[in-house]
Amino acid sequence: MAMTYSEKVMEHFRNPRNVGKLEDANGVGEVGNAVCGDIMKMYLKVKDGIIEDVKFNTFGCGSAIATSSMATELIKGQPVGDALKLTNKAVVEALGGLPPVKIHCSVLAEEAVKAALKDYYERQGLPVPEECLVEEHDEHEGCGCSL
Amino acid sequence: MFVYADNAATTSVSEGAVKAMTRGLKEVYGNPSSLHAKGREAEAVLKEARAEVAALVNAEPSEIYFTSGGSESDNWAIKGAAKLGAAKGKRHLITTRFEHHAVLHTMRALEKEGFEVTYLDVHENGIVKPEEVEAAIREDTALVTIMFANNEIGSIQPIREIGKICREKGVLFHTDAVQATGHLPIDVKADNIDMMSASGHKFHGPKGVGFLYVKRGIRLPNLIEGGAQESSRRAGTENLPGILGMAEALKEAVEGMEEHSKKVTAMRDKLIAAIEKIPKVRLNGDREKRLPGNVNFCFDGIEGESLLLSLDLEGICASSGSACTSGSLEPSHVLLAIGVPKEVAHGSLRLSLDYVNSEEEVDYIIEKLPPIVERLRDMSPVWEEIIKEESRLSA
Repeated sequence: MAMTYSEKVMEHFRNPRNVGKLEDANGVGEVGNAVCGDIMKMYLKVKDGIIEDVKFNTFGCGSAIATSSMATELIKGQPVGDALKLTNKAVVEALGGLPPVKIHCSVLAEEAVKAALKDYYERQGLPVPEECLVEEHDEHEGCGCSL
Repeated sequence: MFVYADNAATTSVSEGAVKAMTRGLKEVYGNPSSLHAKGREAEAVLKEARAEVAALVNAEPSEIYFTSGGSESDNWAIKGAAKLGAAKGKRHLITTRFEHHAVLHTMRALEKEGFEVTYLDVHENGIVKPEEVEAAIREDTALVTIMFANNEIGSIQPIREIGKICREKGVLFHTDAVQATGHLPIDVKADNIDMMSASGHKFHGPKGVGFLYVKRGIRLPNLIEGGAQESSRRAGTENLPGILGMAEALKEAVEGMEEHSKKVTAMRDKLIAAIEKIPKVRLNGDREKRLPGNVNFCFDGIEGESLLLSLDLEGICASSGSACTSGSLEPSHVLLAIGVPKEVAHGSLRLSLDYVNSEEEVDYIIEKLPPIVERLRDMSPVWEEIIKEESRLSA
């Protein structure tokens, strides 16, 4: 069966926001694995408690790229405290929905943001907030593939 | 520009086939089972179509059963042969690891019923070794089923040799020839085929119609009980418009095969040569023993769906793996079967050309594909690692 992406998903796929790397990032997180077909790497530059800049690199399907893009857009310019509250649901809603088999991409996007935030807190020598402690998955658990 | 390069998924219906179908809808609308003039007319036309299809693969008309397509033909042949075997205490089946799901899932269903299945290796080039078929055949083997040509990577199997081995061993041999029919020369007698599945829409016929060739003497169990259609083995009023369309399309395909094949092979090789200029790509499937229109590549560092969507945005219809598995998150079982690593198998692209494609269309793909690959690689952390590794090695 063919899957249909929303216009918003296609728009973010066509013109993803915040693609690239940040040389001066002070928080970097990478989630997913190539065997499952998705890897997201998130770079944060936090200054005075605000996410001043954010960039991403993603290997994955159309929705992996779109959810990465949307996640960066949702947290850019926001206080870290707000970014900590980012949920995959918020990403899905902002994209106007995702096909059911692609929901895991939004989970991955949330986890990528949180992995980068965790790295930020650790680099600052600050206690890592509970929200960043996303459950450690087994290699494939939650990625949606059954390899 | 718009380029349809997914002809292995389905083809456009030829003008001739549309005409034949229209005749079946408007003019020859009788029920072939009716006794009156309209019924007799339909029966005569049906008979002609059956004879035509039979002749095009060198079968007898009584050996051709019209079905709804490839999947039905595969299911019927395999389940039927399994049942015939089981009646004689034979509960072993042989196939390959890279069959279409219509075959593989049928095998899985039969395994649940207690059949034992041997899945043969297809090696790096995607070709079964006849000696391995021979070695796998046992006293209790009921059926060998091996596809004529693979739908994803286009590799052509040594069907005649395998058929010969099966004949000698007295084992039934079925081939899923859905991708080959109308594209490669087929002679069921010379090719030693006992049963063969084909589907109309893969050679410019309509969808929802196909056929199963069953060699005379094989008492395949009935598929659908009811009326006397298809020698009482598959009941139900015949899909005459579909059958007429398919018969016409097959005639055109077989008559034009030499010319089409020459044109399509040249376009295919041009496309392959151009894609091979992109770094870190690999051609999947055998270079020589390959369907004329099949191009299948893996691109390191990128995922197939994003490649597909990007091509779609440029007006190019392609496929990542087969159309039947799109929407699935699994890498292609075909690519895994030929030993492509999982992380690379996610980045596959199939472009399937046909004689209706033009040289200009191929040039358009050649122009559009490299920048898309570059753009996706630029944003891929996997590609970044590949590049880092490269420079580490060269340093």
